[in-house]
Amino acid sequence: MPASASTSASPGAGVTVPGLDAPPVIEAVNLCKTYGGVTAIENLSLRVGRGEIVGFLGPNGAGKSTTMRILSGLMPATSGAAFISGIPVAWKPESAKMHLGYMPENNPLPEDLRVVEYLRWRAKLKGVPWRRVNAEVDGAMERCDLVRKTRGRLVGTLSKGFRQRVGIADALLGGPDVIILDEPTIGLDPHQILSIRRLIKNLGGRVAVLISSHILPEIEQMCDRVIIVNQGRVVASGTTAALRAEFIPRAKFTLAAAVTGAALEALLLPREPAASVEGTGRPGPDGVRRFTIGLPSCSALADGLLAFLWGAFPGKILEFHATPPDLEEIFIEATHRCWEDETKSRK
Amino acid sequence: MRTFRVLLAHELHLLAITASTYIAAAVFLGLTGFLYWFSLHQATDPSVNGGPTPVQSWFGVFWVPALVIIPQITMRAFAGESRSGMLGALFSTPVRPFQVVCAKFVAAYFFHMLLWVLALLFPLMAYWLLPGAQHSADGLLPLPTLLGGFVFVATSGSLYVATGLLASSLTRSTLVAALLCICALLLLLTAGSLLQQINPGLHVATDYVAARASYLDTFRHLDLFLRGIVDTRPLFLFGSGTMLALGLATLFVKNKA
Repeated sequence: MPASASTSASPGAGVTVPGLDAPPVIEAVNLCKTYGGVTAIENLSLRVGRGEIVGFLGPNGAGKSTTMRILSGLMPATSGAAFISGIPVAWKPESAKMHLGYMPENNPLPEDLRVVEYLRWRAKLKGVPWRRVNAEVDGAMERCDLVRKTRGRLVGTLSKGFRQRVGIADALLGGPDVIILDEPTIGLDPHQILSIRRLIKNLGGRVAVLISSHILPEIEQMCDRVIIVNQGRVVASGTTAALRAEFIPRAKFTLAAAVTGAALEALLLPREPAASVEGTGRPGPDGVRRFTIGLPSCSALADGLLAFLWGAFPGKILEFHATPPDLEEIFIEATHRCWEDETKSRK
Repeated sequence: MRTFRVLLAHELHLLAITASTYIAAAVFLGLTGFLYWFSLHQATDPSVNGGPTPVQSWFGVFWVPALVIIPQITMRAFAGESRSGMLGALFSTPVRPFQVVCAKFVAAYFFHMLLWVLALLFPLMAYWLLPGAQHSADGLLPLPTLLGGFVFVATSGSLYVATGLLASSLTRSTLVAALLCICALLLLLTAGSLLQQINPGLHVATDYVAARASYLDTFRHLDLFLRGIVDTRPLFLFGSGTMLALGLATLFVKNKA
């Protein structure tokens, strides 16, 4: 049985994750991997529950692909353990792979095979009973919208978007508990990204999906939770809202009003000395300027800011809304914090 | 066993649909056809009396097509698939490395032997088509030589194909794999002869070295087979060499995915 690992081993991992009361279907416990003298991942622990879609983020060289390859049984870890559906990947790789669908980065496919031939071959390799191969392949193709256009086409003639769909259809074959997708939207145009996103979102609830990507808005829209790695370690883990509270402790608001920056600062700073006001210097033709107001999340002013401003500048406010920090800001903050910690520890 | 069958069927299917298979077959058959024609031409030279039969001469240069075809059919097996990432994708399914190696070996060996079976049509065609050939069957179609030669290319071929796969498992470049394969085949073909030539200069354990050199001498074994004598020692040599090469290839492939 898997060791009782938890994400609390890593900074930023103390966030409670609702889906994880049940045993995790993906679990990494203190994974380490070194290539020669270079450490690719170091004491990396993570857990993903059944039905969760989890984004796996990190800068280039952070150890995402290495972790995914270890979880997929393609590469042994130097130390630590990985489990798929509770099966130790290092000791029983074939059994673990029966529960896994994996789409590697760049999704290599045989150019000379037809889509249906390729998927039938993969289904047989994954142990799908002979009688069910055709039905299983048809089902996967249906879900990935491959049936009409590409069924009989050579893989080598497919567009990048359809190749990615073939890769995802392959990952779906055999009814896995876990699907690991390494950069599934890389190189796709916005239409293709949209359709792949829909496809992945539809997988949620049934299988656990671990998905790495550099396109952070995509991850934010698709995933229930994100895990951010940097320099081979988990630096943050949790829902976007939880990470926002942890890493970006300031609330941001956008204001468009016919007032000056100085007047705004004169109003806000006496009430909240930690407030910040940034704005465009030049007013529009109607004297309206746009401002970004920053306040500590814990500030009492944050909750009733609009009423406070409206009271001070009646009739002069044209637009007001809260601007929550997106995943990109969280990602940058989390990775910067990691680099700063690293620099401090070296000193 | 099911996984092996699925992998083997896939490899054979890929061989059947890939253009390079047909190019390799055309090159092999063109070369063996030319070599047979050349052997036939030499045998009809009136200045040569009591020389080898055309079939003996033809099998005597078996290494020429072997050096051309074996790198071609084995170089992409692991090197090309490793570079493209296909090997990694394959190992994300519940397959074992030795199943993959065995499937690729059986498919490549099958193709190699299929080409030799087709090449045997050249002596048969000469026998049927050349005027007066059927009156001198011993010269143009000596059955013991033909069978012995075929058994030799079949057994030695397994070692050479396995060596090609081992070379392919060592690198990610198909070109380097082909060059490694050619070097390894040349070494296997000439090791016995070279050892015998340098043996007198070694001054140590001369008899032991001579015996080993003789055992490794491919062309001495070929000579026996072409006389219709099927010796079990070379069968063991080629068989154990094949197992060793496939075992090593499995180890390398396991670490390569």
